[in-house]
Amino acid sequence: MAPWPILSIVTFLPLLGAALIMLLPQTQAGERNVRWTALWTSVITFIVSLFILVYFDPTNPGFQLIERADWIPGTGIIYQKGVDGISIWFVLVSTFLTPICIISAWQAIHNRVREFMIAMLVLETMMVGMFSALDIILLYVFFEGVLIPMFLIIGIWGGQRRVYAAFKFFLYTLLGSVLMLLAILAMYLQTGTTDLIVILHSPFSRELQIWMWLAYFASFAVKMPMWPVHTWLPDAHVEAPTAGSVILAAVLLKMGGYGFIRFSVQMLPDASAYFAPFMFSLSIVAIIYTSLVALVQTDMKKLIAYSSVAHMGFVTLGIFTLNQEGIDGAVFQMLSHAIVSGALFLCVGVVYDRLHTREIARYGGMARTMPRYALVFAVFMLASVGLPGTSGFIGEFLALIGAFQVNRWAAFLATTGIILGAAYMLVLYRRLFYGEITKDDVRAMPDLNWREMGFFAPLLALTLWMGIYPSSFKDLIDPSVAQIVAHQSHATGQSPRAAAIPAPLIHAVQVEASR
Amino acid sequence: MIAAVPNFGIALPEIILTGLTLILLMVGTFGKERSMGLVSALSVLSCAITIVLVLLTDGARATGFENLFVVDHFASFMKILVLIGSALAIVMSGGYLQREKLQRPEFPVLILLATVGMMLMISANDIISLYVGLELQSLALYVLAAFHRDTIRSAEAGLKYFVLGALASGVLLYGATLVYGFTGTTSFDKLATLHPVEGVQTVGLLIGMALVASGLIFKVSAVPFHMWTPDVYEGAPTPVTAMFAVAPKIAAMALLVRLMMGAFGPLVHQWQEIILVISVLSMLLGGYAAIVQRNVKRLMAYSSIANVGYILLGLAAGTERGVESVLIYLAIYLFMTAGAFGVILAMRRDGHMVEQLSDLAGLSQTRPALALAMTIFMFSLGGIPPLAGFIGKLYVFKAALDAGNHAATAAVANSFYVAAGLGAAISVVSMFYYLWIIKIIYIDPPAAPLDRPAGAGLSGVVLVTALFTLLFAFAPVVGPIVGWADAAAQSLAR
Repeated sequence: MAPWPILSIVTFLPLLGAALIMLLPQTQAGERNVRWTALWTSVITFIVSLFILVYFDPTNPGFQLIERADWIPGTGIIYQKGVDGISIWFVLVSTFLTPICIISAWQAIHNRVREFMIAMLVLETMMVGMFSALDIILLYVFFEGVLIPMFLIIGIWGGQRRVYAAFKFFLYTLLGSVLMLLAILAMYLQTGTTDLIVILHSPFSRELQIWMWLAYFASFAVKMPMWPVHTWLPDAHVEAPTAGSVILAAVLLKMGGYGFIRFSVQMLPDASAYFAPFMFSLSIVAIIYTSLVALVQTDMKKLIAYSSVAHMGFVTLGIFTLNQEGIDGAVFQMLSHAIVSGALFLCVGVVYDRLHTREIARYGGMARTMPRYALVFAVFMLASVGLPGTSGFIGEFLALIGAFQVNRWAAFLATTGIILGAAYMLVLYRRLFYGEITKDDVRAMPDLNWREMGFFAPLLALTLWMGIYPSSFKDLIDPSVAQIVAHQSHATGQSPRAAAIPAPLIHAVQVEASR
Repeated sequence: MIAAVPNFGIALPEIILTGLTLILLMVGTFGKERSMGLVSALSVLSCAITIVLVLLTDGARATGFENLFVVDHFASFMKILVLIGSALAIVMSGGYLQREKLQRPEFPVLILLATVGMMLMISANDIISLYVGLELQSLALYVLAAFHRDTIRSAEAGLKYFVLGALASGVLLYGATLVYGFTGTTSFDKLATLHPVEGVQTVGLLIGMALVASGLIFKVSAVPFHMWTPDVYEGAPTPVTAMFAVAPKIAAMALLVRLMMGAFGPLVHQWQEIILVISVLSMLLGGYAAIVQRNVKRLMAYSSIANVGYILLGLAAGTERGVESVLIYLAIYLFMTAGAFGVILAMRRDGHMVEQLSDLAGLSQTRPALALAMTIFMFSLGGIPPLAGFIGKLYVFKAALDAGNHAATAAVANSFYVAAGLGAAISVVSMFYYLWIIKIIYIDPPAAPLDRPAGAGLSGVVLVTALFTLLFAFAPVVGPIVGWADAAAQSLAR
């Protein structure tokens, strides 16, 4: 147990920084102070958040570091926070990526810096708050509160069609969210409490489960996003500034996956089992269809956005296998995607800052003039493809193992997605980095500077760490997932399918990965 | 029989406020325009004194004046909201009246008179006192709508409001005669104990109830009696619009709640569906019609129609939880609407009021604080957490789903589920135009800057309401208000 309310501190520290920035004097030097204050706030938040790991007990699969306080007295709505082996990683990803985004925006954002930094810090509060909330109303508040700063980030600092993209993002997501609110209220009225831990152990009738499942699905499927409600994502990604894209891809999408695990699978086990084939179908369509769409993109950001949809397809596939490997893989894939896609968007940002275009055809041959950049891009590109030794491999492989036990055809079809993934990423890489340099402005671009290498280095290290020694992460995820799977199979009265896969195979995966 | 001395104590706040208003009328009459500042300040002070009195006399249910007048927690809660609304309207109007050369001391006095009428409405326990309170309020407001009598728009607004309002009063009165004719009583308490038998009596009573309710639905401007709202909102002087949007709505809603839950409580299954339909239609119309508006006052009119739709959804539940949600929503609505009108009142360019949406363009760069406040109000009106408006919607939806869970028949249950679902979906539609305003403020290139300063009173109102809206969801604010609303709802349910 932590001696101080660490989760609340990590949640609200960025807000404090935002308030401080608001009070800074509005002068020429003020802009510099704003940047530094934002950076220090987010760095300190990250350091404090590392203490969550210190206090976390990996042997305990349940919720830990629980903080509880009254919120709305007499209603059962409480302020409760806590993390388990799954949510702890999302909290850390949020606090880890925010300083990187702030550094990446150092020069890219030059108008209304103050508002931008405030929006980023408020966004961090919402993200951390959402992943560490253990009260469903509190969770919803943060879940939807994210929309406000993100709308402003896309709308104010975005590209040409930023208004369209921001509106689409906001309204699409909101429509899903309000339906989720009704499901949350239905749960509340059934159980008389909004305490997430209590609700996890409250059974709901099958009919009610199905209705609530659909309402949650409306929200999480849009957030994820799943085919066919993914169309807001390419627009939002293309128009958002680099830092916004990074947060969007790395953290906001994970809210959908986290929601599927926490609400759909854990709270509505019967409905989840009932809808699993449906989710499989959508996931497979997402994996194959969006990969094909990614192949023909001419805009770098759009290509990576579509690849995100495909990767999220593996996540939903993994989650709804409802077995240990599948959910493990889904969580791991989400973490890996957070780092890798975040890094890829940062990579796009690097050249965008120099040439102000995202069109793939405008580049070419950069491997000669920008070797460091080419190397960094290559690592993240291969991680996205899922090359063994990088983080991308572990998640996809585990998800496929999980799927294989449940439905071989699903696993087979999903695997074709990996091949397509390799195709579009390699094509992208070839067109960007190989061939002759035909354009003078491309030739004139300088290689990565120290600031850029500074923010790529930790991402690079993490990608390799997660790929080579995934146990550091899996050791925390496994017990919590095991508990979910046990609860799930108990609730639906089936024996856990996970037992069918022998442990040596999992071991083999890790050995393979470390090669 | 000798009538007992009326229990004056329970009406002390109204009596004192009436006395103070009359004194201020004298001060204004003799002091002419010079006394404007003094009268305004004293009016606000009178509201404050009355709030204290309401708090002091707050207690268990008590009736007086031959059972015409009732005081309970519900009445106290609503009266305080109304008084705050009136006080905010007076504070905000100061600068406007000065600039438009409308410095007549009647302005705050009329607002106070309307406030007395509203307080009577809230405490009405009989159709007679209901009507007296309603008319006192309405007559004062008709004059206020036409206060800028030299402009055609204001005169038109006043006339329109008067003609339609008189019509609504007539409908209400006709309904009241039917109710009296078929039951032989006008007392809410006696109506509440009535067990209507099948046949003519029920039909007559039902028609009477529907007509009385129609009159009140006109006052809260719900579909299908909303027609006057956009025109009157647009035409009336902006501080008057700010007043219209808040206090009278709260009072009329309080009356509607007391009437439906109390007097017509036995008929709950009959009126539930009517209110539900009105609620959904109001949300729909308010949500869609606002999209095409270019005038910010008209837009706020449609926004208020939509908000009333959500409040009526809470009433339609017909339960204590439903009433609680109405109270919470109204408390939030008061602050966010008053704040939004505060910003609209600050929209002034080259000495003239401007009210097109495009006049807000780029406000974030010319007036960052004002822009931030407006953004807070808009997100809150849209019901986005963690802002106040979200808590209101949360409670309303909760009440509706709860009513569905406890409905007598599956058809009623389903209609509540559908209404809640529609309400949720339409809130996304309304969010579109709130977002559009935010887009104009934050994304569009700046238009010519608005005049400075906004005025101390106005800035103060905007600041306080913005802080309230922003911090409402935090435990120290939301806790007591919800607790209080809970007690108020209980006092009504008895």
